[in-house]
Amino acid sequence: MKQLNYDAVVIGGGAAGMAAAIELDARGHSVLILEREDTLGGILMQCIHNGFGLIEFNEELTGPEFAQRFEAQAREKNIETSLNTTVLELREENGFKAVYCVSPAEGMMRIEARAVVLAMGCRERNRGNIRIPGTRPAGVYTAGLAQRLVNIEGYIPGKDVVIIGSGDIGLIMARRMTWSGCKVHAVIEILPYPSGLTRNIVQCLNDFNIPLYLSHLVTDIYGKDRVEGIEVTPIESGALMREKAFKIPCDTVLLSVGLVPENELSRNAGIEIQPTTNGPWVDSALMTTMPGVFACGNVLHVHDLVDYVVEEARRAGANAAAWLSGYRPAREIRLKTGANIRYVMPMRLNPERENRVYMRSLVVKNDARLEVRLDGAVVKSRKLAHVQPSEMLSLTIGPTDVAAAGRDSVIEIALV
Amino acid sequence: MKELICITCPMGCHLSIDTDASGEMKVTGNRCVRGEQYAREEVLNPKRVVTFTCAALLPDGRAPGVTSNLPRRVPVRTRAGFPKERIPELLDALRGISVRLPTERGAMVLPKALGTDIDVVVARSIALE
Repeated sequence: MKQLNYDAVVIGGGAAGMAAAIELDARGHSVLILEREDTLGGILMQCIHNGFGLIEFNEELTGPEFAQRFEAQAREKNIETSLNTTVLELREENGFKAVYCVSPAEGMMRIEARAVVLAMGCRERNRGNIRIPGTRPAGVYTAGLAQRLVNIEGYIPGKDVVIIGSGDIGLIMARRMTWSGCKVHAVIEILPYPSGLTRNIVQCLNDFNIPLYLSHLVTDIYGKDRVEGIEVTPIESGALMREKAFKIPCDTVLLSVGLVPENELSRNAGIEIQPTTNGPWVDSALMTTMPGVFACGNVLHVHDLVDYVVEEARRAGANAAAWLSGYRPAREIRLKTGANIRYVMPMRLNPERENRVYMRSLVVKNDARLEVRLDGAVVKSRKLAHVQPSEMLSLTIGPTDVAAAGRDSVIEIALV
Repeated sequence: MKELICITCPMGCHLSIDTDASGEMKVTGNRCVRGEQYAREEVLNPKRVVTFTCAALLPDGRAPGVTSNLPRRVPVRTRAGFPKERIPELLDALRGISVRLPTERGAMVLPKALGTDIDVVVARSIALE
């Protein structure tokens, strides 16, 4: 078995992995990126639509353009990459992190590192996850799988399409399928509001007069060998209105019903996973419960913009580099969710530094106020014209905000 | 009267546009000046960046096989917003175009598409390995 040694190993060569590796390299550490696919770039390579990079590059790029800008930076720095490489196991061995992986070119490899950055991204929730009743015919795909088939492999999965869930990938695919000559009959959303960005509702549905059924549930899928249609039931005041159910004939169903961070590897390594995010618990340095193992990007929590992913990944890379150089925070303050906040990221603050905090709202609200409370007293607040669960919020908490913090202080973030 | 949702920022203001007999437009429902600009452009000359894929061809003119690591589609984009009502026409033109590999980001696919001043270019560099 081939044995290799690096200061740091980055698992995953998407936007997060590349950004973290570039930071580690810039701080003088040897680093290796392990990537399962045959190219760097991750999911961006199949996201051929524009809208990426407004914050990072101040222009609207397509997914491949965004990814290849990072790939070019990594190549320029000669950052080592092992493609077609699947990581099987991560474990602590003799005080080092041992990463076991396999590739067609090298067979089994054992890579020893002092630090690891997890950047494996996320997976799509599928039909089994949301338990749609009905037969099990061909023609039911997750939206991201259909996106790969259409944009990279060059196959159209069907002609008459219904999309379940109004997540961004589903909305983007509604436009993509329409432009590919298919008829998209409807988008069905269980919640009373769309879960994708407003701009995608406008550009991907309204532009093509595709109906969006809010507060509707798909209660059956018909068809023996191939999907023949679905049954849709309205929800009123939380109850299914069986007598108002109707059928939509179609040959293809695309699911856009959420993403789950891909943490099998982390779980098997004994890393603690948070139920609110399905990602690892992390401290102020984005370090997991396994010392020296950091996490960033969609494996940590699902982001809505890749620009936020690379910002977070740079921090994870820089923090991993600081950790390798011996830096440890003198103390940390606990950060917790208050009213109307689903989660905060990370879960600890370093009172000596500026801390970038990401969070998600539980509610749709206009003219809201985000409050940072130290032991109940408001130390910082920000007015927000509009909040909704699908748009991530962020703020910075620095040493001056938490100057009054004592040993057992707690910071709470609430939306009022 | 025309109703629009502003997509300039995440607030998503619901705009109403009234055009009187003289062609003068009046925008209401916007919470900032960008909403009015968006409404005018969207009513008078709506544009969209178009992203699509073209068939990939190997240097010998064949399509990459199923066992190949090469993608069978090459992503392409308009360099700027393209007139919305002419998008179907543009897509028809792009359906007839193949891109030879290897190719580079920015390589020309369709210069000054359909007589506009907007180019369609390759959005992903693909090497032959």
